[in-house]
Parts: sequence; structure tokens; C-alpha cells
Amino acid sequence: MNIHEYQAKQIFAKYGVPTPRGIIANTPAQAMTNAQELGGKIWVVKAQIHAGGRGLGGGVKLARSIEEVKTLASEILGMTLVTHQTGPQGKLVQKVYIEEGADIADELYLGIVLDRAKEMPVIMASTQGGMEIEKVAHESPEKIVKVAVDPAIGFQSFHGRELVFGLGITDPAEQKKFISFASKLYKLYMENDAEMIEINPLIKTGSGEFLALDGKMGFDDSALGRHPDIEDMRDISEEDRDEREASQYGLSYISLDGEIGCMVNGAGLAMGTMDTINYMGGTPANFLDVGGSANAQTVAKGFEIILKNPNVKAIFVNIFGGIVRCDRIANGILEATKLVNVHVPVIVRLDGTNAPEAAEILRNANIPNVIAATDLADGAAKAVRAAKGEKII
Amino acid sequence: MSILVNKDTKVIVQGFTGKEGSFHAEQCMAYGTKIVGGVTPNKGGTEHLGQPVFNTVKDAVASTGATVSMIFVPPAFVADAVMEAADAGIDLAVIITEGAPVRDMQAAKAYAIKHNMKTIGPNCPGIITADECKIGIMPGMIFKKGNVGLISKSGTLTYEGANQVVKEGFGISTAVGIGGDPIIGLSYKQLLPMFEADPDTHAIVMIGEIGGDLEIQAAKLIKEQITKPVVAFIAGQTAPAGKRMGHAGAIISGSAGTAKEKMDALEAAGVRVVVSPADIGKAIAEVLGKK
Repeated sequence: MNIHEYQAKQIFAKYGVPTPRGIIANTPAQAMTNAQELGGKIWVVKAQIHAGGRGLGGGVKLARSIEEVKTLASEILGMTLVTHQTGPQGKLVQKVYIEEGADIADELYLGIVLDRAKEMPVIMASTQGGMEIEKVAHESPEKIVKVAVDPAIGFQSFHGRELVFGLGITDPAEQKKFISFASKLYKLYMENDAEMIEINPLIKTGSGEFLALDGKMGFDDSALGRHPDIEDMRDISEEDRDEREASQYGLSYISLDGEIGCMVNGAGLAMGTMDTINYMGGTPANFLDVGGSANAQTVAKGFEIILKNPNVKAIFVNIFGGIVRCDRIANGILEATKLVNVHVPVIVRLDGTNAPEAAEILRNANIPNVIAATDLADGAAKAVRAAKGEKII
Repeated sequence: MSILVNKDTKVIVQGFTGKEGSFHAEQCMAYGTKIVGGVTPNKGGTEHLGQPVFNTVKDAVASTGATVSMIFVPPAFVADAVMEAADAGIDLAVIITEGAPVRDMQAAKAYAIKHNMKTIGPNCPGIITADECKIGIMPGMIFKKGNVGLISKSGTLTYEGANQVVKEGFGISTAVGIGGDPIIGLSYKQLLPMFEADPDTHAIVMIGEIGGDLEIQAAKLIKEQITKPVVAFIAGQTAPAGKRMGHAGAIISGSAGTAKEKMDALEAAGVRVVVSPADIGKAIAEVLGKK
């Protein structure tokens, strides 16, 4: 789960990680009041969406008067912001964060993620703040300092020294401030079961203070149960509606650009099915994992969600029945076709326990739209042909 | 022969009396697995499925001599269960539970390593040595005995792969579902050398997916140490970057962890890489010679 910048900064503040002062607003009038409350002469009006690259997309603007705060807020609120992370459809801005202007002397980068090879969190820091870190990693990897921290010992002074010397921070007072910043960030990363934190940029002000000018946080979904305060920060308007609806039924759904709807049990097989369709010259319309216990209800829901996508020309149901018997799944599919009006050809491949009985059930049902396939390759090939408008028997 | 488990392996179940634990323990016993007891706190001294129940893993190990534990406890208790098993001297913990927090698994795995306990999973179908011992939730009947070892991040692709191998007239020595979480126990790096050393394994199927770099590490190891033919499939060639494909670890971040990157590395290491999982069986028949 991801949260907004202003929410990440609330968590930062709780842990004493310095940030500029700011207040969230839903309306231009509120934005103006916030700016007045913050005081000063310069404010930043920042669109709050779950995506990076907001500045380039026109979602972050500098205001030099209270009136300008209002004008900019009214421009940004309600705009559809398109960045390299939102996809071409963009994201609707519903909130703006009004922040006091900061005196920027230097822009750095600081982030924490799990290093899967080392199996511990790694702190990444760079003097190339403001740039996309993946670009820095690609073009000048030597400019990124990486320090892995074993949770068994936690953040130690030597970790801090590796960071500041790696970054070339030489002033002892600044070293101390930066180490304190990083150590607090590590603490909040661990205590909140964060999956990633990214501060880009982390700025050094003219007076040598370090401030988190931005803040991005993602959390381990499996650990949300023990963090109700973070769960409360969930903004469902930021999540894909269909993906969210699917998850409520235990389905894992992601929509794609193609024409063949896929309904598969297991994430690996679901990806493998998409790959096979692609290999055979078709295009998958979605990833959909119906989970371990595919039954009439979950399958019906799956059909419903897949068919919301107008591009879908055929559906490939690919289920490898394990403990759940295929004959029961076949009945579930038939049941589902009664619950949902399925107007495109459905290719069904069922394998595993009682597969022959399942094929028999599908044949006997004699529904013209439902076509049985013998294996993965056969099913994918039939789905590709059906999507091209060929009649499949 | 086989790897890790066989017909003599004594297994206990943590979370024995729960719904999932009971159902799958029974299925495993029906397959022939020597389940010698289970652990459920406050049910020690009772019997379940004809086997003794213990309050602690220590008690279970002392009384049964079990060396392997199959873990079915709810996600929030997985780390505790794994550490308890390690502390009690279990050799191998097979963690089936899905949804354990990553931070918990990090700590539990570090502790397991300290105690020389191997782990498989979490969020995996388990391990099966065909016709001898099934520790997990896979449908046993697919796994006919034979000479092909199988390692897979994905549960259903384990079944798909095994099924195709069997349909081509071959069979499985041992199949291990390693899981697709960000932190997992045994992976390709440890399992490939075990299959290399197993005289009854003649070829290896390796099924990976997008995210992380375990497959890249495996490619390096295969080039250096593995002489047996390896067939590999990497799921997620068509997966978009930044979208999590079901498994917590199956996500392409930036330019890293793509299927292409992994397939190229494996191909360069001499692995027979297939583009579709539908070709796994055929590829095995090719490398082993048609039956």
C-alpha cells in the first residue's frame, strides 16, 4: 500500500525527521488559509497523487503571494496529472499540499528498500538529488552510496559514517545532522513495516539543515494488520477500481491492453498463460489469479470483471486443479455462465485431478460459447484464434 | 534417491489441528508421508488424525525424533513457529502459510540459518519426493516417479511443469516449490547443487518469475557447477513494470528483475530456456532424448 507525500511527512514528523511545514487542502480557499497560517513569503503548491514526476507534469508550483496560492491551487485541484508513473490516462488531483518555501543549497537523495539478495534493508543515498534514482543507478552507479543494515543490530554509528563519507559530507556539524536524519528514517522504516521510503530530494538549506522536501512511502500489505494507523491512510480513490473490487473477492486482477481475457489459478501460471498467449500471436487483456479455491462465485466474479473491459474478444480460463477437483470447477464455470452474461467465446482448459470428467461435463452442457481445450498450448491457440473472430469448435 | 526428503523422513505439523493443517496433513499421510505428530499449544497430550499432539516443538522432537516440520500456522505467527522449530533442532521447516510479513521472515530466516535449519517457503506448495514423501499442498497424483528434479517459485506452474514431464513419459525425482515472496528459504542456488549431486536426477526444470535476482544468481551457478541439463521458464515476459503480479515479490522495478534479463542470463549459462510454459515437457524430452 502506498500513501501520499503529506501522509509520509506526518510519519516523518512523528519520528523527528525534519520536513518543511505544510498543511493539506481540498479547496483553493483552504489552500489560501493554509498559506496564511504557515506565514512567510513563498509557498509551494503540490498535487497529492500516488505517483512520482509530479513537478515535470505541472503538479508542483511555486507561489509568491497568497493570491497566487489560490490561483495555483484552483488550477491544480481537479486537473488530470500525467507523469511517467501514472500511465497516459493520468490521475485526478483531489488534494493539494501547501508547504512553506525552502532555501535550497543542495539536493540529495535518500531511500530505504529491502535488498533481496542481502535479505536486509539497504539505505541508498546520493548527491544527485532531484533526478530519478534509477537513471542515476544506470548512468553513474558510483554516485549512489549503499549501506545495508542488519536488523539484528540495527542502525549503528558506522553505518552513518559510511553514508556521510560516501556522500562527501565533511562538515562535522552537518555529518551529525545527516546521520541523525538517516537513523530516524531507518527506525521508522522498520517500526512501520515499510516496503520502501524515498526522499527525493532531501535538501540541504543555506544554513546547513537537512530537510525532507519530498516523501514517498510504501508498506508491506501483509503487515498492515498490525498498523491500523497506516491502514487508515489508505486512499481508495488512488487505487484501480476493478483491481480493488477483485481483491475484495480474493481475486488478484490487473488490467492490460490486449484482447484476450485470462482467468487462471496461481500467479505464476497466470503470468505463464499471458506469456503463452503473447507467444502465439495474441494479446492478454488482463492478469487474473482466482486463487486456490476457484468456485462458481469467484469464477462468476472473474467473468464480470474481465467483461467490464470492452476490448475483450475472448476469454481463456486456464485452471490446473490440484486439491480442488476439476469436475467441481467445471460445474462452477457452468454455474458462472448462468450468473453472468458471457457474450464472447470462452476457452476452458482444466487439468489435474478428474480432468477427463470435467471435459465430459463441459461437452455435455453443450453451451455454444464454451469451448474445451486439452492443454495450455491448445487453449492458448484456440483463444488467439477466437479473438481474431475465427469460429472454434 | 532424491533430495532433502524421502520415505523415512519423520515430519511434524505446526498448526496440526487447524482446518488447513488437518486437511493437508491427512492428504500427506494418504500419500505415504510419515507424519509422526503435530504441535498445537494447549492441546498437548491429545491425539489428532491418530498421531500425538504436543504443546511445543521441543516436546514433539524429543518424543518423535522428527527432523522436518510442515508449518500451517496463521501469517502473524509464522516467524514465531519457524524460530521455535529452529530452536528445537528441526533440520528443515516447510512453510506453507501465505501472507507472512516480510520483516518477520527476515528475522526468522536469519535465526534459522544461525541454527542450521533449512527453510522452504513461505507461501509455497512445499516439497515432494515422488511416491515417497509429500510435505505440502500439491496434488500428489501428478508427480510420477522419475529422473527430473523441479524447482519452482510458482505453485500451479510446479504442477503444470511436472504434469508435462510425466506426459512426455518421464517423471519427477523431487519437486520443490520455493515460493515467490521477497524473502524465501532454499532457492535455486542451494537446490541446484543438491540435484547435481543426486544420482537419480538426470535433468532439472527451473521455473522462475519476474522480480528479484535469484534466477540471475542461479545462472551464474549453473555455468560454474551444474553439468546436468537444465530447462527453464521465466513467467512474466508480458508483465508491465511496476505492477505486482500476484506474488509479493513478482514485480519489475526499474530495469531490474525483468523476464528478458533472466532468460538471457540463463541462456548464456547454457540453459534450455522455453518461451512458453507449454514447452517445458517437450524441452525435457529433447534434452533427455525421447522416450
